Amino acid sequence: MNEPKGRREFMQLLGLGGVVFASGLAGACTNILRKSVAQEDDFFFVQLSDSHWGFKGPPNPEAANTLRQAVAAVNALPSAPDFVVFTGDLTHTTDDEAERRKRMREFKAIVADLKTPVQHYMPGEHDASLDWGKAYQENFGPTHYSFDYKGIHFAVLDNVSDPQAAIGDTQMDWLLADLKPLRPEAPIVVFTHRPLFDLAPAWDWATRDGSKAIDLLQHWKNVTVFYGHIHQEHHFRTGEIAHHAATSLIFPLPAPLSQPKRTPVPWDPAHPRRGLGFREISVDESRLALTLKQDSLEGVGAAQPAAASGG
Amino acid sequence: MGAQWMLAPFLALLLVAANADVAAQEKVIPVTAERFKFTPGVIEVKVGVPVVLELTTLDRKHGFQVPDLKIDETIEPGRVTHVRIVPDKAGTYDFHCTVFCGSGHEEMAGQIVVSP
Repeated sequence: MNEPKGRREFMQLLGLGGVVFASGLAGACTNILRKSVAQEDDFFFVQLSDSHWGFKGPPNPEAANTLRQAVAAVNALPSAPDFVVFTGDLTHTTDDEAERRKRMREFKAIVADLKTPVQHYMPGEHDASLDWGKAYQENFGPTHYSFDYKGIHFAVLDNVSDPQAAIGDTQMDWLLADLKPLRPEAPIVVFTHRPLFDLAPAWDWATRDGSKAIDLLQHWKNVTVFYGHIHQEHHFRTGEIAHHAATSLIFPLPAPLSQPKRTPVPWDPAHPRRGLGFREISVDESRLALTLKQDSLEGVGAAQPAAASGG
Repeated sequence: MGAQWMLAPFLALLLVAANADVAAQEKVIPVTAERFKFTPGVIEVKVGVPVVLELTTLDRKHGFQVPDLKIDETIEPGRVTHVRIVPDKAGTYDFHCTVFCGSGHEEMAGQIVVSP
């Protein structure tokens, strides 16, 4: 049995300052500990989000380094993730179409250093909303798609190419057709950029037709949604569907509606990477229990001096 | 933590009719949208005094959404969008652009202030 090893690793994660969040793809969640991938066939993947490559401004004077630091941090994990997913806003928006493509090329060059060969991408509104995803598709491929991995069905939804933040009927039909062959209890993970539920419409933290997607997804019992956009961790449930927002790699934003405007949390030179990080998602052998662990870049940067030298 | 706005009790404070006919006696408030601001940024109205917001854009397509009042309109170039409001309770209601329009989109917002 690998239980003792799992417990040791669990404590190690806590000792590193990571925040562990147990999430249920289903009600049964008896073992949330990561075990040996080789022996137990559980696995984990990493979610990165909102690097806004090309951003320059006071909320992150080190913006030219942060993405590289994140790549180095993922590469330095004790074991390699099975895959990496990046939930949108890879680049910061620009009106200049040539500059937009340049930022995407630069982003791709940086993430090419990831040691994890399998990578999945999707756009955020900064990547896609000014040209309906044209430049994004040229550089990264389709904006919505699905794939299967070790018994879990993963669906990537595009709720940003439409500048009004809609998924749209065509994609909704595709989602239904994509999920229809699955049995009701099939484990499903959805990746998207904006929240599908109305987290804070006054801050544009919603998807115009997100309720339709949720209504559709509710036909399956074990659905978890991972998204970005709001630059902070957030956990919410709509019925049996769990929704988890990720931190960004550029600057944190305040808690939903906690202040009059959604201005970035001011940069703190004493803690330049506070609130920035990525997430590890471990999947147990049942495929019905997820463990979420938040990794901060705050300590990682200091331990990765070579990663801070980029421009 | 949940969605705070959903937890707040919904108050049917205003009656709204988009593109409503503008009655002769109603006050018309022109509101222009351009990247990345609304003018005026603060729309002041009084309880019991109907007004019509006359929404136009100076550059491109924008959105005009007031979530707490269930107002959700688009502002198309070359067109005027009318939003009729009959305030019946004082308060402040945030509005924002819902059509992503560039690097300042997140700051494109304003308030409707209803005074007694």
